[in-house]
Amino acid sequence: MPPAWPTLPELAPIETLLSLFAQASLFELLAPSPPGWGGTLLRGLANSVQIALGAFGIGLLIGTAGAYGKLYGGPVIRDLMEVYTTVVRAVPELVLILLLYYAGTDLINRMLEAMGQPRIDISGLVAGIAVLGFVQGAYATEVIRGAILSIPQGQIEAARAYGMSPLLLLRRITLPAMLPFAIPGLANLWLIATKDTALLAVVGFNELTLATRQAAGATKAYFTFFVAAGALYLLLTLFSNVIIGWVEKRARRGIPAVGGAN
Amino acid sequence: MTGTASVDHTSVAASAPAEAIHIENLHKTFGQLHVLKGVSLSARDGEVVAIIGGSGSGKSTLLRCINCLENPTSGTIRVNGEEIRLKPDGEGGLMPADRRQIERIRSRLGMVFQSFNLWSHRTLIENVIEVPVHVLGVPRAEAVATAERLLERVGLAEKRDVYPAFLSGGQQQRAAIARALAIQPRVMLFDEPTSALDPELVGEVLKVIGDLATEGRTMVLVTHEMKFAREVASHVVYLWNGLVEEEGPPEQIFGAPRSERLQQFLRTVS
Repeated sequence: MPPAWPTLPELAPIETLLSLFAQASLFELLAPSPPGWGGTLLRGLANSVQIALGAFGIGLLIGTAGAYGKLYGGPVIRDLMEVYTTVVRAVPELVLILLLYYAGTDLINRMLEAMGQPRIDISGLVAGIAVLGFVQGAYATEVIRGAILSIPQGQIEAARAYGMSPLLLLRRITLPAMLPFAIPGLANLWLIATKDTALLAVVGFNELTLATRQAAGATKAYFTFFVAAGALYLLLTLFSNVIIGWVEKRARRGIPAVGGAN
Repeated sequence: MTGTASVDHTSVAASAPAEAIHIENLHKTFGQLHVLKGVSLSARDGEVVAIIGGSGSGKSTLLRCINCLENPTSGTIRVNGEEIRLKPDGEGGLMPADRRQIERIRSRLGMVFQSFNLWSHRTLIENVIEVPVHVLGVPRAEAVATAERLLERVGLAEKRDVYPAFLSGGQQQRAAIARALAIQPRVMLFDEPTSALDPELVGEVLKVIGDLATEGRTMVLVTHEMKFAREVASHVVYLWNGLVEEEGPPEQIFGAPRSERLQQFLRTVS
């Protein structure tokens, strides 16, 4: 997804790029404490990770509820879920973020005022998590719905036959049994979540991309900082892959390997 | 949860054992298809009732109505004297009216499925303790001890930490029987327990079921194994086209069938 912000910075002149290699100040620029900008970037990364974690978590909750609604809900619930997943997946995330961020906070404050409560200042972090979580939820609904459909239905039937209540069945059987089928899709969603945090730069939230832009703008060392940011995103992904691999291995422990994998 | 709450013994004959399962005038339709057309069935404590019949006769549906895995369209079902409360489901059929009641009744009916239906994300021992620990509230240590004994009994003690997918069908079905026994069932329900097995694995499963029959467990068994039904059943019900065509002791059903359809059925399966 291309990074987007209100005003594109000027492309770095070629001398700047070349001078990068002449700069003895590369480490000074990236030093963790001022005048180096490394600390700013790392704080931006920490914010990005926080948002991604929060949004992914909310997305999982919405996705589980949404999948259940679509699979087992009445006609009204099913239609509502269909509208939700269709609209959210149809509209560009950037538009949704702008819409939900500005309109959403405005709506909440209007409702508070109508109820005679004082306006509140919604933090960028909370708004970012809520908005991205709402978007993630639509995709997660489809991933989890498909995964639940992949569970051999006899296993769910056995749980019912032994008197499990719907909640116990969800917790003990459906969720763990659908996990191996959901992980590839959910892993995609997690990686998208980490990158979608960059979209929050448009509403001025200080995540990694905005921090990078500030550092690059202040020092004119565009190449250095955007490469550094790219490296940080890459590191985050590589680290995520390790965790995902571990979770997947655990989730698939009861399933024989296919075609000599593992 | 006691699971034995309010067992009112309404049986008329004082000497006869109490009725564990009592089904009366059960109807079941799937859309236009009338699968059960007024079936009555009873199983007293200690009885082994075998339900036989051709494909599509409704025998599996009948069994699955006992614990409301299929909701009946009309009729009454009593388990240990307690009638399952049913209410209209809004589509012309019935559904359990009280979720807690049906869950409590189900938790004392040990069901064994044609395709085993073990939980694939849990090892054998975890499968066996799942319901005792999480539904019946048995302390974990106690449940594990019971489960180990049961796995030993079905010859799977050394497979306790193996996941079901790594076992043969026969082993999975024996584990599924251990899972059913772990809840100390009032009645065991078998839904064609050997139909999905390779021929050479059928014997080991039938042996386990046969042992249960001889120790006096109440069982309702849907099966295609006529020889086995004749050996273990105390009462045989032949279902044809959604109705009980003939029923009686195995000697009568297999030795001197009266109904022409049953005679023909027995000729085709033997």
